[in-house]
Amino acid sequence: MPSLNLESGTAASSELVAGSSAAIAPGFERESYWKMIGQRFVQHKLAVAGMVVLGLLILISVLAPWIAPYDPNEITGAFAASPSSQHWLGTDQVGRDVLSRLIYATRVSLAVGVVTVLLYVCVGTIVGAIAGYVGGWVDMLINRIIDVFMSFPSLMVILVLVTVLGTGLSNIIIVLALLGWPAVARLVRGSVLTLRQTEFVKAGQALGFSAPRLIFGHILPNAMGPILVNATFGAAAAILSESSLSFLGMGVQPPTASWGNMLNAAQSITALTSQPWLWIPPGLIIILSVLSINFIGDGIRDAMDPRRTSA
Amino acid sequence: MSAMRMPIEESADKPLLELEGVHKYYPVQKGKFSKTVGQIKAVDGINLQVYPGETVGLVGESGCGKSTLGRSIIGLEEITSGKVLFEGRDLTQVSNTEMRKLRRDIQMIFQDPYSSLNPRKRIVDLITEPLHVLRGISDAEALQQASQLMEIVGLSAQGLGKYPHEFSGGQRQRIGIARAVALKPKLIICDEPVSALDVSIQAQILNLLKELQREFNLTYLFIGHGLGSVKYMSNRIAVMYLGKVVELAPVQTLFSSPRHPYTRALFDAYPIPNPHLRNKERMVLEGDVPSPASPPQGCRFHTRCPLASSKCREEEPILTEDTFQKGHLYACHDPLG
Amino acid sequence: MLNYVLRRLLIAIPVLFGVTFLNFVLINLAPGDPVDMYVNPDVSEEDKQLRREALGLNDPFMIRYWKWLANLVQGDLGHSFSSFQPVTSLIAERIGPTLLLVGASILFGYLIAIPIGIYCAVKSGSKFDYLMSTTSLLGVSIPNFFLGLGLIYIFGVLLGVLPTGGMSTMGGNDGIGDTLTHLILPTITLGTSISGGMIRYVRASVIEVLGQEYLRTARAKGVREFIVIHKHALKNALIPLITIAGLDIPVLIGGAVITESIFQWNGMGQLTIQAIFSRDFPLLMGVNMLAALSVLAANLWSDMMYAVVDPRIKYS
Repeated sequence: MPSLNLESGTAASSELVAGSSAAIAPGFERESYWKMIGQRFVQHKLAVAGMVVLGLLILISVLAPWIAPYDPNEITGAFAASPSSQHWLGTDQVGRDVLSRLIYATRVSLAVGVVTVLLYVCVGTIVGAIAGYVGGWVDMLINRIIDVFMSFPSLMVILVLVTVLGTGLSNIIIVLALLGWPAVARLVRGSVLTLRQTEFVKAGQALGFSAPRLIFGHILPNAMGPILVNATFGAAAAILSESSLSFLGMGVQPPTASWGNMLNAAQSITALTSQPWLWIPPGLIIILSVLSINFIGDGIRDAMDPRRTSA
Repeated sequence: MSAMRMPIEESADKPLLELEGVHKYYPVQKGKFSKTVGQIKAVDGINLQVYPGETVGLVGESGCGKSTLGRSIIGLEEITSGKVLFEGRDLTQVSNTEMRKLRRDIQMIFQDPYSSLNPRKRIVDLITEPLHVLRGISDAEALQQASQLMEIVGLSAQGLGKYPHEFSGGQRQRIGIARAVALKPKLIICDEPVSALDVSIQAQILNLLKELQREFNLTYLFIGHGLGSVKYMSNRIAVMYLGKVVELAPVQTLFSSPRHPYTRALFDAYPIPNPHLRNKERMVLEGDVPSPASPPQGCRFHTRCPLASSKCREEEPILTEDTFQKGHLYACHDPLG
Repeated sequence: MLNYVLRRLLIAIPVLFGVTFLNFVLINLAPGDPVDMYVNPDVSEEDKQLRREALGLNDPFMIRYWKWLANLVQGDLGHSFSSFQPVTSLIAERIGPTLLLVGASILFGYLIAIPIGIYCAVKSGSKFDYLMSTTSLLGVSIPNFFLGLGLIYIFGVLLGVLPTGGMSTMGGNDGIGDTLTHLILPTITLGTSISGGMIRYVRASVIEVLGQEYLRTARAKGVREFIVIHKHALKNALIPLITIAGLDIPVLIGGAVITESIFQWNGMGQLTIQAIFSRDFPLLMGVNMLAALSVLAANLWSDMMYAVVDPRIKYS
């Protein structure tokens, strides 16, 4: 039996105490949970490819002012000119350079994807956590609200809301976020309900930890997996939704370029048949970005699957 | 070392923990509108005193309510009626802030070492968090205490940086114990702390608990499933059946002269290795445990008791003290011996 | 089981109220009022006020909601602002084509997804499986309007084999065959969006069932693999599909709006777009209401089917 004398420390503990914080101390073996997830993730070739592409897209959107050959809103060429050495992807019906518009539109779409998801994940997580932890009539009420929200086919509601609130990037983001939070809330609620019953949470309660501390410090970190997966796929869905809306003319309005509203040009039969450079590039880049994000989501989901034995 | 423990003088001190008429009922809901059609009487009227420094064992079949009782004391369940008095203060009546302060003095060791530690937290965080939150201790101080605690429970302080999944069941239980002891509580409720462990490890953990009790002057309420461990740990033992205490006695007395048929049946159910020592006459119970939602009339045990009489079917016996042996209580109309 | 059904129906009622209420709130958020928009601007202000009074527009919110709800229950959804016809008859006209499209798309989606999904599961890990998994992800990543446009371009313009839009050829014989040829491209467009997810679901479900213990028993008994798969595994793997069929409905309703718009398919989707662009609120409300109701019905269907399939609920 080890020494029970509380006065004498051991060699290990004195080393620990000397100028180190609890989180990072020398001599400790570190096997971080996230490192393990990361290792599993990189085994998924497609997911890695997705990350590369996404990284490229982010880079493009950040460096847009420097890499775009022209100002996206400036008329720099003839109407609907076909691709040439001056305009690699030709010009649109008004005479703006398609390539530059495509590059700047990357910003719009990525913004939609990121901001929308951030918004609704935060709201959904908080609401779901409260519903799951507190239970009782609060839970029932929130549940009914979620049911109501989820009863509407999303595109319809989006269209109606946009009609009512008006178009534009920020409105789109708000509307999409408004539609996305119930799914996350339901997910989080389920996780919190399950985790609330675990022994380590009961131990935390027995130790007197407050509810916020338990929810945010103990329960939610364990629920991160599904939330992260949902958020990733949600970003892809948001980008698709925005492009659909803009395509219909209900989203981002010209002159601001968005992949979706660039595709709007294809509505006319002439554009569709004889001016493919107007609509094929934006379509392809939408597919590329959404596909990459979906691959990443797949990778995350497989990496976090608790049923898989360690890599 | 053996189970030779002297019974503590009851009248000497005031009890650290006192349970008065504690009931815990769970509503049974059926039907379209979730109407409450009945109650599961998990704990149905418990009176118990636990004195400073002793270990009171709580033993009984699965479903007898012992775990529920343990959780009710520590506040994980809200009792339906009755009083839980800790150092004279009724825990059911105190405010939330008061309760948080009191939590420093009452702690729990959980049964399942695999789920009672947050898998995402490092050991150092698991042990130091309560120190920060409940005793407001600084980082450096908490770290030092944590490493000392690890050594005390028999683990290397190097383990502080690891995650729970890197430890075996027995080691995890040691960590759970370290966490409970970290706050230097007065009372620890041990909820079947060794039931989930290999038999070879059980003895080590029990010994650890005993050492800690001596060193830190702890009081234990030891809830157990196996008679062996409860016998080893306790000064006094309370036997529970269907939510009630049927016998309460110092450990030696209980084992040498049990009075309640159920207690006797529990002992007899234990296989004895030496054939010559085996009791020829065993008390064998008939039937299944009745549902706690509808306990039998009269004495709850009468449906399975081989010695049941008509009086047992009608009148419920009250837990009374034996006239000759102080400290030995039982609830039976026709006690053994 | 009856209990379960009744409980589900009971829960659906407050949700129904919530849906109607939310619908009403949404529409009323819009700026501008109908009298301003649809009345001759020369009309004087007093007359406009009278009109408003007559239309009940000055009543308090809850009263208007109640009136609208009462009308709704009787089947009266008001009159379209732009065409002055009753909303219900407008919807009745258009609902047929949409049902046809949605029905065909579900059929298409499942017909493609189930065999592929099963094959992928059986040959799990093979090149085919890998290829299909990626392709199904692709299916989910293509915006359906792009797919539609692409299909029109390839088959309608470049190859010229299929019509590029509309429900029937102008000057044609308007027969079933004609409608069917027009149906092909929209169906592929709409059906692809659900088939991607369906393939993955079928694959996962069949894989899970194939690994089950009771199949090992069948194999141990010497039953041939083919029969093992078809008789034992598929039944259990595919029955859940019925339950999740309901979940595709919201996706299809939304997708139909865009698909119909591209292909000039005269269904509810087109109606919705028109209503939006002309700010025709009663029409929009009616369409929205119908969509929400169908989603609710689909969810209820899913839950019911789940109860039928899962014996634990059936016999409780």
